[in-house]
Amino acid sequence: MSTTTTTSSSFGERLRAVGRQQFVWAIVAIVLLLVINVIKDPTYLSVGYSDNLGGLRGNLVDILRASAPILMIATGMALVIATGGIDLSIGSAMVIAGAVAMEFLSASGSSSLGTAALALLLALLVAGVLGVVNGVLVSVVGLQPFISTLIMMLAGRGIAKVITGGQNTTATSEPFRWIANGYVIGLPVVVLLAVVIVVAVGLIVRRSALGLMIEAIGIDAEAARLAGVNKRAIIFTVYVAAAVLGGMAGVFATASVMTVDVSNTGNQMELDAILAVVIGGTSLAGGKFSIRGAAVGAVLIATLDKTVVFLGVPSSATPAFKAAVIVILFLIQSPWLHTQIAKLRSSRTSSSSSPPTSTPPATSATPTTPTNAEVTA
Amino acid sequence: MSHEPIVEMRGIHIGFPGVKALDGVDLRLLPGEVHALMGENGAGKSTLIKCLTGVYSIDAGEIVIDGSPRQLAGTADAQEAGIATVYQEVNLVRNLSIGENVMLGHEVRGRFGISWRATHRRAKENLERFGLGHLDTRLPLSTLSIAVQQLVAIARAMVTKSHVLILDEPTSSLDKQEVETLFGVIRQLRSEGVAILFVSHFLEQVYEISDRMTVLRNGRFEGEFLTKDLDRSSLIATMIGRELSTLAGEHEVRDGVAPGRREPLLVAENLGRKGSIGATDLAIGKGEIVGFAGLLGSGRTELARLLYGADRPDSGTITLKGRKTSIGSPAAGLANGVALSSENRRDEGIIADLTVRENMILAVQARRGWMRPLSKKDTDEIVDKYIKEFGVRPADPDRPIKNLSGGNQQKVLLGRWLATKPDLMILDEPTRGIDVGAKADIITAVQKLAEDGMSVVFISSEIEEVARVSDRIVVMRDREKVAEIINDGTVSAATIVAVIADEEGTAQTVAALDVSDETFPPTGTSTSTSTSTSTSTERSES
Repeated sequence: MSTTTTTSSSFGERLRAVGRQQFVWAIVAIVLLLVINVIKDPTYLSVGYSDNLGGLRGNLVDILRASAPILMIATGMALVIATGGIDLSIGSAMVIAGAVAMEFLSASGSSSLGTAALALLLALLVAGVLGVVNGVLVSVVGLQPFISTLIMMLAGRGIAKVITGGQNTTATSEPFRWIANGYVIGLPVVVLLAVVIVVAVGLIVRRSALGLMIEAIGIDAEAARLAGVNKRAIIFTVYVAAAVLGGMAGVFATASVMTVDVSNTGNQMELDAILAVVIGGTSLAGGKFSIRGAAVGAVLIATLDKTVVFLGVPSSATPAFKAAVIVILFLIQSPWLHTQIAKLRSSRTSSSSSPPTSTPPATSATPTTPTNAEVTA
Repeated sequence: MSHEPIVEMRGIHIGFPGVKALDGVDLRLLPGEVHALMGENGAGKSTLIKCLTGVYSIDAGEIVIDGSPRQLAGTADAQEAGIATVYQEVNLVRNLSIGENVMLGHEVRGRFGISWRATHRRAKENLERFGLGHLDTRLPLSTLSIAVQQLVAIARAMVTKSHVLILDEPTSSLDKQEVETLFGVIRQLRSEGVAILFVSHFLEQVYEISDRMTVLRNGRFEGEFLTKDLDRSSLIATMIGRELSTLAGEHEVRDGVAPGRREPLLVAENLGRKGSIGATDLAIGKGEIVGFAGLLGSGRTELARLLYGADRPDSGTITLKGRKTSIGSPAAGLANGVALSSENRRDEGIIADLTVRENMILAVQARRGWMRPLSKKDTDEIVDKYIKEFGVRPADPDRPIKNLSGGNQQKVLLGRWLATKPDLMILDEPTRGIDVGAKADIITAVQKLAEDGMSVVFISSEIEEVARVSDRIVVMRDREKVAEIINDGTVSAATIVAVIADEEGTAQTVAALDVSDETFPPTGTSTSTSTSTSTSTERSES
């Protein structure tokens, strides 16, 4: 009896270890990128305190700062993807939120705290409306998520241009700027906010039954419906949540420069979000999802972006460099590679008759590794 | 009338990943005969046809056509061997002309490519064979009714002067008169010496047109019979794989409450859904076990889905505990105390990647809404209770449900539904594909639930099981309720089969048929119409 419990618990541990591997590899990738940067400049990792700014500064702080908007949209995207859907309009939610905030602030001309708060609220609200449209199209009308959100992606940017009259509106509001550039106890506000929001979403999803229902719908929508799960309401909710989170990302992105660039704010950010989610171990097929993984994925993408700039990779080659890193990461994560390595290892161990302890992890890797590599391949 | 068979298939084996679709099936088609291929849904009829038409290549066995063994590597091979096929869904090109459809691939070529005039002339000749000479071959096909399109499809199939014609469910979308027209054509072809393979769900039609039949069950060959030698009850018994003599039942009248006396829990009136099930009246008493019996595809699952809200009914009303209710979604069904365990455990039951625990609490949690999660204590209470009560193995709630055996998955699902404390539990094929031990556990659980006052609808393909468990049996055929039988202890599976096989096709309420196994088979007139429940209505066949 005691032996069976010990083996099952160690087996369980191993399973969990394999499950963690998805974003463990992303962490490894982050560390590797940092190492490359350190090789180029040994002081890369140094973090100093700036009296001028009233907080910490350094490359690491910059990376975290750049991660904030990606964290927002990756969290929202993780929820949507888990239901088996996708939200291509998340970048448009960003630009709409930014446009609304900047227009409102520049029109009001006031830089009071109240105006800034109102601008934030309005920005999130209008982004939320975009999510409502997505939610209705997908859950009530029953359109393909890909098509519905593709439409909203194109329409959303158009709406943002209408809001600003085609201008890249600039505004001044110290309280609003503080969201992106301020410090609290020496830490950047934007990073703190992002962490708080991600943790809050994670808690809401896992402590309520929302996560269970999202996963049930993503794994088998019909079975979930027959079990009484209100599929429509849940799917509607995740699209609205994704858009509001997108709006928050848009606020982060525009507040730092206090300008909305209607052509570039949030442009192609949906791809970063999808990548972050998949890197984090959530299958594009839906089902089991990991907010934590998506968050790590978001930080990796931000690190990658910063590294590209730091290494001086020509801007024309940037996408290719990014793609190369991500392809390598997916290869490392892929179950296929793990089985190949397992085969190699087991053939070697069987010939050299090494202790049997080395084989179980190799075999257990095959069935448990999620399938994101298949999806992205 | 028969000579040497034109087609002889022997020991056909074919498998798909994970399933043995056909296992040693024989089939012979004789010239000038209509041969019916019989079996329930999933018995392997379509697979066998696809072997003969070259769609699938067989793993083992032999196909002999006109005395010479053939390898059919594609549909072209089959056509060349003289085998023509008309599929269930008309396989014609709607926006081409009638003549083009008939001659597609066989256009008459002149000196300058296709001679359309000659092609249409040939098309006309072909159509004349089937009494369709009056059609203008230059009109688009879409101007014709489905029935005439069906005949055109046959004309098209016979352009190649085939001597074997396969008709897969040709009558499913035809009305009675159109069926007669089609049968006229079939008889004509038969008299010309064509061997015809006919597949249909309608027993009446099979008995009207066929000379010989081959019965399949679960991919196995059950036998070849002359139609005149095999009565309907024996045919059904063969299709479901039971000896008539073993169909005797041993239902015990459980609690002595006369079925008519039970307080009604659910009364459905005129409940129906277009294309799914005709308007049905049904009453289910408190603490009563009502069995739905009928062949696969008879409408028993469709009726169950309407009661639960899995499908939205488009006619009729449901009265629950005396109050009119509308059940338009599973959530509404659960809220009203109705639960349905689907027949399709894999796709509509379990959520494969979730754990046993998550699967078990899903319905309760769904009923509470996502904002009010079950506490850990309540969750554990539910999970422990049903794992113990049904003996789920392994008793590990954190294991993904996909790693459990079918029987244990079923027990977990049973727990999921019972945890919602339903007044009416609908069990669609709860014992399908599970081992004997688990089966017995589930049957025992069902009986205990009814004793505790829960109403149960029990659906099973194993008619003995229905006869043994149910207090009352609703018999379904061709998507209609055709009879209700009150189980007073003398009702056996044979009784039910007799009602399914009954030729009349009109609804009637049958109480405790007075047939012993010796006087079997009945003719349909031996069923005594009783007074009891007022839920049956006359329905004419459309």
